[in-house]
Amino acid sequence: MKTLINRRKFLQGGIAASAAATVSLAKKSQAAHFEGYPDSMGVLVDLSRCVGCRSCEAACNQEQNLPTPEKPFNDFSVFDEMHHGQKRRTDETAYTVVNRYDVPGMDHPLFRKIQCNHCQEPACLTSCFVNAYTKTPEGAVIYNADVCVGCRTCMVACPFYIPTFRYSSAFHPRIMKCIFCYDTRLSKGKPPACVEACPQEALTFGRRNDVLNMGRQRIRENPDKYEDHIYGEHEAGGTAWMYISPAPFDKVGMDTTVPKEPILNFVKDFLAIVPMVLTIWPALFTGIHLLATRKDKLEQSKKTEGEV
Amino acid sequence: MFTFSQNKQEVPIVSHHNPDGNQWTIKEKLWLGLSPDEYKSQMLRNPVNWALFVIFAVGLPILLQRYFFGLDTVTHASNDYPWGLFLGFGLFGMVPLSASGFLLGTTVEIFGRKDFVPIERLALLNGLLGYFFAVVYLEVDLGMPWRLYYPMFVSLGPAAVLFLVAWHVATYLSVQVAEVSSAFFEWIGWLKGKRFIKSIAIGLTVSGIILSTLHQGALGALFTYAPSKVHPLWLSANFQWIHFFCSAIFAGLSMVIVASTLCKHFMTWRCDRRFLDNVDRCTIGLGKGCAYALITYLVIKLVGIAHDNEWAYLLTGWGQYFMLEMALAVLLPMFLFAYGVKHNMVGMVRFAALISVLGVVWNRLNTALICFNWKLYQEIPHWKEVWITIMIFALYFITYRFILYRLPILYEWEGEK
Repeated sequence: MKTLINRRKFLQGGIAASAAATVSLAKKSQAAHFEGYPDSMGVLVDLSRCVGCRSCEAACNQEQNLPTPEKPFNDFSVFDEMHHGQKRRTDETAYTVVNRYDVPGMDHPLFRKIQCNHCQEPACLTSCFVNAYTKTPEGAVIYNADVCVGCRTCMVACPFYIPTFRYSSAFHPRIMKCIFCYDTRLSKGKPPACVEACPQEALTFGRRNDVLNMGRQRIRENPDKYEDHIYGEHEAGGTAWMYISPAPFDKVGMDTTVPKEPILNFVKDFLAIVPMVLTIWPALFTGIHLLATRKDKLEQSKKTEGEV
Repeated sequence: MFTFSQNKQEVPIVSHHNPDGNQWTIKEKLWLGLSPDEYKSQMLRNPVNWALFVIFAVGLPILLQRYFFGLDTVTHASNDYPWGLFLGFGLFGMVPLSASGFLLGTTVEIFGRKDFVPIERLALLNGLLGYFFAVVYLEVDLGMPWRLYYPMFVSLGPAAVLFLVAWHVATYLSVQVAEVSSAFFEWIGWLKGKRFIKSIAIGLTVSGIILSTLHQGALGALFTYAPSKVHPLWLSANFQWIHFFCSAIFAGLSMVIVASTLCKHFMTWRCDRRFLDNVDRCTIGLGKGCAYALITYLVIKLVGIAHDNEWAYLLTGWGQYFMLEMALAVLLPMFLFAYGVKHNMVGMVRFAALISVLGVVWNRLNTALICFNWKLYQEIPHWKEVWITIMIFALYFITYRFILYRLPILYEWEGEK
């Protein structure tokens, strides 16, 4: 009896130990290739369904307590606005913006909504030297204004030109960007305000994996209607917001040169040399110093010998 | 300020004792041994000071405007172009020009080339001030300048390239303060401090090399965060850090040549024989280093293009602009340096140094501003942004001159050292 208990205990211990080993192994492989939180949420944007009503812009403005814009949300002349030859973009007063694109060969224009795409491995987050950004398990990329110093590297790093800066404020500047309605909705399991406001079901909220499959299914069922590509599946290492479109993506104002891997991968070459320089340089240069000054030392010791 | 030698017969302060045999006080040393009235009149006589006065008279109100009414009142920094001239010139341009400190430190302390000692302190000071003013530029540009210490103590993001830049510039600044402090200790007559610095000189120099390699490289690596924004000819994800590091070598050396030339011509009264007799020979030596660094840089730039197979870009408009930069900022100074060194033509080496200083600044502006967002539109800085940039540079000039007038940088301190 006694031995049995001991053996049982031994087995239990063994199982616990191997479980622990597996967990730690799993952690290691995750660190090398982070493919996003398993149950994180996402949104599929179907450009064939968007009619450019700007309801999402209005809902976002209200949900995030952003200032009332000069032109109301039912004013569609904003689609003709150009700044420096560019269509409208996000700024400190708008986290999301809809633009109109006249695609050659199509009898109607297409509309595309932009907002933060909430990357799986965000460039803003990895470039931030004060850890102001967090990727939550729900999938949102959120920002902490209390630690931000306003260096704006995140804006340089974001391949989608999303984060904006409150340049107008001297005392309370901060980054302004879409946070997936994290505080008020996503953390409670609710879809963001823009998705809920869309009357056309152009935006579909769900687990990233599910909406990705939905996108694939729509393309499969209507191969003539869609481009065979889901923008955001791999762009910048994968994003929570993804797009399917009836027209080539570069015709609807999307940058198709955005790398298909996390932006961080481009920085890793440099990050890898840092520990090497830190450890090799001291030995190398003190070595060179010893070699370069060897003659002087020899002469010096000869001199002192002569004196003695 | 040659007015000194013209109007006053006695030698400016070079030791602790005044002509009467008494000790100079620190206050007298600060006033350069002049009475306040004499000091004021020599200051007003100098036309450079009037130009500086105009720069500050216009610039200070603009600077206040920036701090009280926001960055957007003085700059064109936008959501598309987060970094403007303050960082494009002030950080990315000033830091390579300040590589001089670690380069001459290495030459003298590590390689044992004592023949460069006459110019070493000028190079160290040039490095210290360049870094310090890069931080000043940063303080103008940062959204929340009062949080400058946050990455060190409040919220740490150690995996970011900028984290490395922040820490390394901060530690390297203290290393450089220590290196330059031996001149200060001589000047105030605190020999214990100087002896201590001398005892750790090798350690300081080696840490200087490490920190410089990493943060000069890190400034380049910052742009690898924007692979789809910077024009491919100005961005090589694999080699960007070494492109920036290598160009900092000729930039730093060239900057010392430029500074020493200005000192030789406009501050002759402050230079001693050791400096004046050696500066030409040192210039040739530094020019040789520049030529080697430039040819290396040219080759690794070509390697960068070959590695990413970007030859086709050379045929575009951007490619021609790139080749213009390579021709004027790399090939031209390279040949001038090589020719000048070979035929012992100091004037040509000095001219080459000026071109290569301007060339490096041009390269950094190209990377940070002109070829950034090459697919969008061109950002043109606001005139107020340009003015503040010039004003901070003027402040750098004044500080530089103030220290050179006083500390034993261009001359050897006489008496106990």
